[in-house]
Amino acid sequence: MTIAFSDMTASPTRTLGSSGRRVSRFFETGSRGVAVAAGGVVILALGGVTVFLTVQGWPAWTAASGLPQNASSLWALAGPLAFGSVWASAIALVLTAPISVGVALFLSEYAPRRVARVLGSVVDVLAAVPSVVFGLWGLMVLAPMLAGPYAWLSAKMGWFPLFSGQSSATGRTILTAAIVLSIMMTPIMASVCREAFTQTPQALREAAIALGSTPWEVIRLAVLPYGRSAMISGCMLALGRALGETMAVAMVLSATPGLVSLQVLTSSNPNTTAAFIAQNFPEAHGMQVSALIALGLVLFAITFVVNAVARRVARPRKEA
Amino acid sequence: MTTTIISERTSIAAQRIEIADVSAYYGSFTALSGVSMTIEPRAVTAFIGPSGCGKSTMLRAINRMHETIPGARVEGSITLGGESVLDRRVDPVAVRSRVGMVFQRPNPFPTMSIRDNVLVGVRLQGRRLSRSDADDLVEMSLRAANLWEPVKAILSKPGGSLSGGQQQRLCIARAIAVKPDVLLMDEPCSALDPISTAAIEELIANLRRDYTVVIVTHNMGQAQRVSDATAFFTVDGAGQPGRLVEYRDTTTMFSRPVDPRTADYLAGRFG
Ligand SMILES: Nc1ncnc2c1ncn2[C@@H]1O[C@H](COP(=O)(O)OP(=O)(O)OP(=O)(O)O)[C@@H](O)[C@H]1O
Ligand SMILES: [Mg+2]
Repeated sequence: MTIAFSDMTASPTRTLGSSGRRVSRFFETGSRGVAVAAGGVVILALGGVTVFLTVQGWPAWTAASGLPQNASSLWALAGPLAFGSVWASAIALVLTAPISVGVALFLSEYAPRRVARVLGSVVDVLAAVPSVVFGLWGLMVLAPMLAGPYAWLSAKMGWFPLFSGQSSATGRTILTAAIVLSIMMTPIMASVCREAFTQTPQALREAAIALGSTPWEVIRLAVLPYGRSAMISGCMLALGRALGETMAVAMVLSATPGLVSLQVLTSSNPNTTAAFIAQNFPEAHGMQVSALIALGLVLFAITFVVNAVARRVARPRKEA
Repeated sequence: MTTTIISERTSIAAQRIEIADVSAYYGSFTALSGVSMTIEPRAVTAFIGPSGCGKSTMLRAINRMHETIPGARVEGSITLGGESVLDRRVDPVAVRSRVGMVFQRPNPFPTMSIRDNVLVGVRLQGRRLSRSDADDLVEMSLRAANLWEPVKAILSKPGGSLSGGQQQRLCIARAIAVKPDVLLMDEPCSALDPISTAAIEELIANLRRDYTVVIVTHNMGQAQRVSDATAFFTVDGAGQPGRLVEYRDTTTMFSRPVDPRTADYLAGRFG
């Protein structure tokens, strides 16, 4: 804009204008170069990782022996672990999503500005706490604390399939792992949602208010629809963290090899892929290394599918 | 709530607005001072005046939108059909269901369907409509807003997919679907092209048969074309409160303004 303007004024500023143009050209081409390079690096890295996981893990896909846990095939190993990853993350997401949206709505709609600012930074700090810390806390504080409630749940609500079976005495169940995961996911999702909610156009809020909306109805009509795709990408970010989380799960969960089970209160639990890789890598050699790398590829594929699905869902419907 | 303001519209008198000594504040700033006027029912009243003189503020006091801005408050008395609007015991939500509003920029709910946009006000009021009643209401409101023909085949498309002028007419349909007593319009045509503007002006001429319409406009021609009465507001300078200077029927206002400030403003506009 300014360039065109200085071009039109036939005045001594002409030289200034044209040197400005040269500088801005430099930044134009420069910034495009940087953008292309950055995009290229991302794609190369992604491709590199895929190639690495495929090539290094290749022997394991057809191997029938030498696999970790004496598994008969990689599929037999990968299946239950993939299930564990998805199951733990799904439980965690079910806990995380409503709490995060609630926290975000509280911060953006209800809390006085000063309270919102303080709480907002607390949430951001929580997002930065290393997962080992959550793991330690989950193992030493949360799990023992939950053993009692789990016993109660399985006694009173054992008819509900997820709560059936003998409840764990240590509390180190997949539900505890999912709760720890969800505590790690909530700050991420909450801050993504809060960001979007606070940016709801005033015009939309006023449209709702002028029609006679209560504050909750303003949220329902204006804030949530506007924040829809942010909520979905928040879920995805959170899921990404949960699927890849190793330390917290490895520390909290008392896992049983090869198990596939929907029961969330018992002392035998499916392991997650990420935790399994981390637990077994230090001791692994030969075919086992290949198998662990192949498991990495499986996890990579799961994340990829989850993201692709989310993108489809999040794509905003056509707007003017 | 403690209020009776949701009463069904019974008479034309229920649509008269009395404004008595109203002042409006944003925090410690007085935006509007000592406004008194009677807005006649089932007529179009135009608010005109220079930018910043408080036209929007006055308009937004009537449906209690003003108080939704942090620190903003209104003093004085506004009654609708004799019932106090500003009374603390009156639920603003109830006021807004009797006083509809159309904004400067069209603001349909963009992802909601056209049909649901029209019905949203009725649903907010908790009224249950049968499918066919809802269909009738949608058609009636869209017809009243001159939008039925272009959208009747695409009612399930999102409101955001319409053109700007159509979106504004959708907003008018949304506002009148709840059968309000009053329709407030804050520069409803300023974001629209001349053809859409003409369509909306024609629509306003029809709306005055049923509704009390108050319209803010910077377009003197528009004020003359659509309104029965005109109120001229002005402000002496930055930091000063806006005031109502002159208020009379539109023909007299534009041909023989009494206050020299009105005459100057109108002359300046056409000069
Ligand atoms: N949200 C707000 N906070 C603080 N001051 C405000 C706010 N909105 C308006 N004002 C001030 O109140 C005064 C009246 O504003 P108002 O919007 O009512 O003017 P207006 O006549 O509608 O102007 P315009 O023709 O530009 O729309 C102005 O001085 C304005 O700066
Ligand atoms: Mg205004």
